[in-house]
Amino acid sequence: MTQQLASTPPPRPRRVLSTGDREQQVLDRIERARRRRPKLREERITMSHGAGGKATHTLIEAIFLDAFRNPLLEPLEDAARLPMKGVGEAGGGATVALTTDSFVVSPLFFPGGNIGDLAVNGTVNDLAVAGATPLYLSAGFILEEGFPVADLTRIVASMRDAAAAAGVAVVTGDTKVVEKGKADGCYINTAGVGAVAAGVDLGVANARPGDKVLVSGPIGDHGVTIMLARGELDIEADVESDTAPLAELVAGLLGAVPGVRALRDATRGGVATILNEIAQAADVGVFISESAIPVRDQVRGAAELLGIDPLYVACEGRLVAVVDAGQAARALAVLRAHPLGAQAEIIGEVTAEPVGLVTIKTAFGGTRIVDLLVGDPLPRIC
Amino acid sequence: MRFVDEFRDAEKAHALAARIAGLCEPGRQYKLMEVCGGHTHTIYKHGLEDYLPESVTLVHGPGCPVCVIPMGRVDDAIHLASEPDVIMTSFGDMMRVPGSNGAFFDANARGTNIKMVYSPLDSLKIAKANPDKRVVFMAIGFETTAPSTAMTVLRARAQGIKNFSVFCNHVTIIPAIKAILDSPDLRLDGFIGPGHVSTVIGCRPYEFIASGYGKPVVVAGFEPLDILQSIYMLMLQLHEDRSEVENQYARVVPWNGNPVALKAIGETMELRPYFEWRGLGFISHSALKMREAYADFDAELLFAVPGVRVADPKACQCGEVLKGVLKPWECKVFGTACTPETPIGTCMVSPEGACAAYYNYGRLTRQRVPEAISIELSRP
Repeated sequence: MTQQLASTPPPRPRRVLSTGDREQQVLDRIERARRRRPKLREERITMSHGAGGKATHTLIEAIFLDAFRNPLLEPLEDAARLPMKGVGEAGGGATVALTTDSFVVSPLFFPGGNIGDLAVNGTVNDLAVAGATPLYLSAGFILEEGFPVADLTRIVASMRDAAAAAGVAVVTGDTKVVEKGKADGCYINTAGVGAVAAGVDLGVANARPGDKVLVSGPIGDHGVTIMLARGELDIEADVESDTAPLAELVAGLLGAVPGVRALRDATRGGVATILNEIAQAADVGVFISESAIPVRDQVRGAAELLGIDPLYVACEGRLVAVVDAGQAARALAVLRAHPLGAQAEIIGEVTAEPVGLVTIKTAFGGTRIVDLLVGDPLPRIC
Repeated sequence: MRFVDEFRDAEKAHALAARIAGLCEPGRQYKLMEVCGGHTHTIYKHGLEDYLPESVTLVHGPGCPVCVIPMGRVDDAIHLASEPDVIMTSFGDMMRVPGSNGAFFDANARGTNIKMVYSPLDSLKIAKANPDKRVVFMAIGFETTAPSTAMTVLRARAQGIKNFSVFCNHVTIIPAIKAILDSPDLRLDGFIGPGHVSTVIGCRPYEFIASGYGKPVVVAGFEPLDILQSIYMLMLQLHEDRSEVENQYARVVPWNGNPVALKAIGETMELRPYFEWRGLGFISHSALKMREAYADFDAELLFAVPGVRVADPKACQCGEVLKGVLKPWECKVFGTACTPETPIGTCMVSPEGACAAYYNYGRLTRQRVPEAISIELSRP
């Protein structure tokens, strides 16, 4: 794979149309428009604002970042890294990572897991990919009047097991009950703190041209599982959620490979969204090869039927890593040595151009852009 | 994966590309229209244009079901959905199509209940589960989706379901192609025929294009090799000075179409005298409505539909894009005022719309591709 990318011939303008310059001008104008500060135009929240794509980014930047702006929030990483002055070893100061995540998945129980382990793993993973060792979690429950206690017991048991597996403790919590119809059974919020070891500085803005991009396993399992578990599609497939804690995988990677620049867990919005965040945060391009991306046949098949692209489908136990080119082979070997990274692949590389864009070489042999979606991927009608 | 990978084989694509290049006559320009939005989507999604020589241009046609829905019909639908006790159902593609006061998603944020369904039959399930509600299916699409609407209505009658109706916006492809052929501002050399529509109507309805207008037509499948092969077949016809209707998609499309589906459409629906198309204006006998015998399933009769006519936004050039006169990026508002986040025109909404396909997938010139693939085209 590495060789395949490296041996691709250098840029060679193929099509020089008389209209080419005009088209280029339009494209430049679009790029400028894309970089303008996003403005929220809608008067009300729509489902698109929660889908992790462009609409979510706009909402975060226009409303939340605008109100709360501070240097710790601004990187918009999965977890905030908080320097603790005068605390820690030898009084030199420690860094604590803090993150929070809410879980509203429907259905609550699905093949491979339930909202409980999802709520623990999601927060554990947000800490892990920030380079932190996850330590403590909080858990907040919003329960709908009439929700079966047996279901709650199952959910909480899963949380307990997931916390044990990830080596974290749930140390504080909150419970609210709302009237029937005001919530959908059970919502969970978790927050987590972790410790960042000295010298660890991960962030998508660190990506540099030449770096390799890796994924830790087949993509899209969780999202497709949930779509099918809703039962609206009358499609059955042997696929289950990949929800899993990534802390051990990350610790192994960071311990063995010095050149890791950034990690992200590819949840809402999928791998494509992460790659776009890398391209935009680091002012680089990202070029990936479709045939290198691991996708299970069941997931590919369901996605083909629905007219959606697995690149945008959520994972709950997969990470994207940006690694110095010289360390990429080693990183791949380390990931593959762990059960959660057994099917890891190098899927592409960071390029100097085109700035801010993700491009893909399709399995068919063409080239195209991989942009952020506006909202949820909508199934096509025919 | 079987039935997918064999239609996306890069080696075969290289071989076809070389043959297509071999058929290009020096100095001649070729403009081929892919009528169907599904083809537009495939072309951009797989980067198929990388395989074409400079002299072959693909022009994107009007066959994108949501692209041709005028703003007024969206407003009418939202009006229907705002009636008491109405649950409206529609295909996912429709949810973001802008009306004059927002799209279905925005209407839902204001209180309507418009649900996305994957099949019109799902509307019947919803109707049965909610006997105190009135379920209205926003039916859109060409002859591809009309049979499933027809079958749904037939089943609703057979099962005695009273709280279900159809807001019918089905359109037919032939009048749209004819409008394009008669349009003075466009010179086309041939057509990549719509595969899915043809599974229903067959290949015969295109014969007037070959015989009357002297343009070759090749009905094509939806995988990238299908389209590349169809382009080769069109180029071969042009090279040999033929104009015929050929069927590249014979594994799915019967020459005479699907008589059962056609019968279901004919049983429940009839042609409207005229219908407004987004950007193309009124085209006579170009759309379907429910037959009188099925009036109790016709939302346009059961509800007071305002029948609003909304002029397309001035800046929007969807009509020119739908006719293939303008390339998406040549529209004045493309990519700046009109983006997938804030679409002005329908072409920017559906993944099958030419503007959305170009914006999401194709927005790069060859010079900007970091690792441009190089194909050594063997010219004779």
